[in-house]
Amino acid sequence: MDYFVDILLIALSASIINNFIFYYFVGCCPFVGVSKKVDMAFGMGCAVTFVMSIAAFLSWGITVFVLIPGAPVSTFIAGFFTTPEAAAQIDLTVLSYIVYIFAIASSVQFVEMYVRKFFPSLYRSFGVFLPLITTNCAILFACLMIMSHVAGVDNPKEVWDLGKAMTLALFGGIGFTIAIVIMSGIREELELCDVPKPFKGAAITLVIGGILAIAFMGFTGVDSGIKNALKPTPAVQEQSSEASRNTLTQYLADITCKGHNGEEILP
Amino acid sequence: MADQPTAMERFVQGILPENPVYRQLLGLCATLAVTNGMKSALTMAVCVAFVLVCANVVISLIRNLLTPHLRIVVFTLTIATFVTVADRVLAAYMFQMSKTLGPYIPLIIVNCIIICRCEVCASKQNVVIAAADALGQSIGFGLALASIAAIREILGTGMLMGFRVLPAFWPDWVIMVLPPGAFITLGLLLGLVNYIDFKREEARK
Repeated sequence: MDYFVDILLIALSASIINNFIFYYFVGCCPFVGVSKKVDMAFGMGCAVTFVMSIAAFLSWGITVFVLIPGAPVSTFIAGFFTTPEAAAQIDLTVLSYIVYIFAIASSVQFVEMYVRKFFPSLYRSFGVFLPLITTNCAILFACLMIMSHVAGVDNPKEVWDLGKAMTLALFGGIGFTIAIVIMSGIREELELCDVPKPFKGAAITLVIGGILAIAFMGFTGVDSGIKNALKPTPAVQEQSSEASRNTLTQYLADITCKGHNGEEILP
Repeated sequence: MADQPTAMERFVQGILPENPVYRQLLGLCATLAVTNGMKSALTMAVCVAFVLVCANVVISLIRNLLTPHLRIVVFTLTIATFVTVADRVLAAYMFQMSKTLGPYIPLIIVNCIIICRCEVCASKQNVVIAAADALGQSIGFGLALASIAAIREILGTGMLMGFRVLPAFWPDWVIMVLPPGAFITLGLLLGLVNYIDFKREEARK
């Protein structure tokens, strides 16, 4: 039961509350560049979701089985050269960025080959955008988030398993798709409006993105609310956190710059 | 080959005329994310400068060995190596800043500025021109970050790097240091830059 609550919280948080575009700013380049037509935007969102899921699967697998200290593959190989105790402490996480980008590049390559073979019309309509997904910040960001929840936590009980990692990737992609489709719908209407000349193109898109981000800010606190409802915490903890929120500004800064588990993302 | 821009021209071009953020619209993720405060913006600018210069130099040195199909992968792996170096140095010597910047330092790997510069300039020119180009672009990037961070921090907290700039009765526009403020600030500044550009073109006519 606890596990499903965790999955629900991760899904909600990744797709709506801490939306990849409106909260974490990753994936802004396609957001500003590709969001002119709704069907293109939806196709881009689906492609990013698909690639993100594959890349998250690969990066979770490599992190858990090769990179972190005590991982099976690294311990096995190092066991030929040193004692088993020293082999269990080999920490390869310094290679994680290189490994992740390699995994992302190869998954994009595979997706491209697959789409070219089985959906040629879709491949033609994508054009140059499919290889460009390699440099999409959102995919690497999803891998980094998974790494921080696998290699960066001290308590072994809080390490994310494959289900949570795939939930983050899938719903992060769904949130990205929601954001980019909303934006493209607005931009299609915007073509009939009288936008001032200096603002045409990217500038007005960013301003509208800011207004959408304000709208999405209304969802903050939903995950802690659901968490408190489904997993009630002792009353003592509630009182101490209430007392520190004196002013509105402090309250806003308090609740909006925190990640899923209350850790600070930005100052 | 005679009318290729010289090193000095490339350096100057990168600062304002071909500014990576305001003119080429690259690297928006990093720009929006770290411009909460001036300190994080300047740290990010220095990191990007380091990675850009090193990657440009290395790619320019091996430019005759690149095959067309694999060049993007080679660029990305080179950049990933230098970003790992920058990330570990930052974590070792400025731990608090490293925690604040969080996942945005590794995201320099997929920052479009660096890959674009490698593709356009470093894989075709010699080392001196590539290095000058990288320096110009990173100064331009730093200027863009500093301008956005200054506005966001002054309007959002009334202080700039610890110094009080606005009087004490200023009601802090907290929205400016939150995500929506980033989008709106960048959009408005981009509009301003476009406006200045149009006015200059009209004056030239």
